[in-house]
Amino acid sequence: MTAAVFYLLGASAIASALLCITRKNPVSSALWLVSTMFALAGIYVLLHAQFIAVFQVLVYAGAVMVLFLFVIMLLNLGREASDVRGKPAWALAAAVMVILGAQFFAVWHYTPAQMASEQHSGAAVADPLAFFPNNALAAEAARPDDAFGALSASLFQNYLVPFEITSVLLLVAAIGAVVLAKRRI
Amino acid sequence: MLLGPALALSAILFSIGVAGVLLRRNAIVLFMCIELMLNAVNLSFVALAQVHGLGGQIMVFFVMTVAAAEAAVGLAIILAIFRHTQSVDLQNINVLQG
Repeated sequence: MTAAVFYLLGASAIASALLCITRKNPVSSALWLVSTMFALAGIYVLLHAQFIAVFQVLVYAGAVMVLFLFVIMLLNLGREASDVRGKPAWALAAAVMVILGAQFFAVWHYTPAQMASEQHSGAAVADPLAFFPNNALAAEAARPDDAFGALSASLFQNYLVPFEITSVLLLVAAIGAVVLAKRRI
Repeated sequence: MLLGPALALSAILFSIGVAGVLLRRNAIVLFMCIELMLNAVNLSFVALAQVHGLGGQIMVFFVMTVAAAEAAVGLAIILAIFRHTQSVDLQNINVLQG
């Protein structure tokens, strides 16, 4: 059942991504990208990452894409001729896509059992999941009632300094965007 | 578990993002393709977080924050370029070619 839903969402994500890069109108491109992000949010739930799924919808599909649509409509784009490049670029894109895809596809067989046996110098491991040091934490996160607790404990203890630096980064980005976009300061 | 299929989906989405960057000339659509690639990487982080612990999910959180900041600054740059050349087509943005 989970696998079926996963493949459904995955097919929807791939189809939406392909439509996103081939639609001529930037607004429809943006809306297809939103559809990809929603499918990915569903996949995150299947992968036991509920917090990330909520954030995906709120931040990515919500805030970031609204910003994109604002800029597209502010510049009044989509009325000119198609911006898709000609035949040579299609051939180049197809070649790069195939090569890159083949390289990434090599990790298809990257299973926990194989990783455990590699780290164990080739010997087969009886229970691969028991091998990993952080497995207890991962199992805790996979428990639906305490997913947020485990994540926020880690975020506010081990990763507190990066979290605070993130707020400074956002402040800098906000000031930088105003400075760049303003006509006269 | 779905680790292998999730990594394969991440690979496909990343390749589509790269193809989009090569195919389009509109700067804003290019930006959206970059967001697509970031999403693909996030997916592999989340998939691997199942076996390697919660560090992957925390990394996705930070990637999302940096992507939001990047989108704000990048779109401001595109606005400034549009005001200068009245276009977001990359063919018309060639002042650095000399």
